[in-house]
Amino acid sequence: MAPLPSRRSALLTIGGTIIALVRPARAEPRSHAVLIDKMKFGPMPSEVRVGDSISWINRDPVRHTATARDKSFDVDLPASTEGRCTVTRAGAVDIICRFHPGMTAKLAVLP
Amino acid sequence: MSRLLVLAAALAITTGAAFAHDSQLSDPQIAHIAYTAGQIDVDAAKLALAKTKNAEVRDFAELMARDHAAVNEKALSLVKRLNVKPEANGTSAGLTKQAAQAEKRLRKLSGAAFDRAYVANEIAYHRTVNQALSTALIPGAHNGELKALLESGLALFTAHQTHAEHLAQTVK
Repeated sequence: MAPLPSRRSALLTIGGTIIALVRPARAEPRSHAVLIDKMKFGPMPSEVRVGDSISWINRDPVRHTATARDKSFDVDLPASTEGRCTVTRAGAVDIICRFHPGMTAKLAVLP
Repeated sequence: MSRLLVLAAALAITTGAAFAHDSQLSDPQIAHIAYTAGQIDVDAAKLALAKTKNAEVRDFAELMARDHAAVNEKALSLVKRLNVKPEANGTSAGLTKQAAQAEKRLRKLSGAAFDRAYVANEIAYHRTVNQALSTALIPGAHNGELKALLESGLALFTAHQTHAEHLAQTVK
């Protein structure tokens, strides 16, 4: 029979593993990309969490912006360039281009 | 109906006299028409910026000047890379002539009357150019990169047309 401290240590290890499985450590921030082409925002990425970053890729020959209506980000996108932002707020974010009022999109951000 | 006749018909909606003499447009001619159409709208925007006192009309004119200049810059770098020399033709001459008439008419106006006329002209002009792009210039373009740029131009000018239609509601 193993000495008591070892058993306790083993139990603690098992317990810790269970806790780790039930509550996994916060995932590393991920990078997402959104394509802007022909005056439209492409499909919004799913599973975007606070802390993740989004690259906005402007394929149009004109300047756009990717601007959150709640002012949480505002990315200037000259023609044929990319810009990046970090998502800081959870919830449904309305996105617009400040120059072209017809360009809108909705991004769902998880906490 | 040939593409050229479709283009002539589209342009005739507002330009009346615009028609070309050849039976089919070449890429150098299409490039010239697209560039001319963009430059006409940049010039109209400059006139509006010199005359209007309406903040929304000013914002719109600034956008027109910037967007159309940006597309024309892309078009110029494309034709240079492709070693294509834009070729003057009856359609672009017709556009230029009609634009000069519109400018003359707009210059005589001021205040809200100018704003209304400028925005109405922008709606009609973008509609005409969009029709020409979709029925003649895009189908007629042989080079893939030119066609792609014209398609981006159509998406942009369609957005401008909608923008101008909304603006017209506020400058009554």
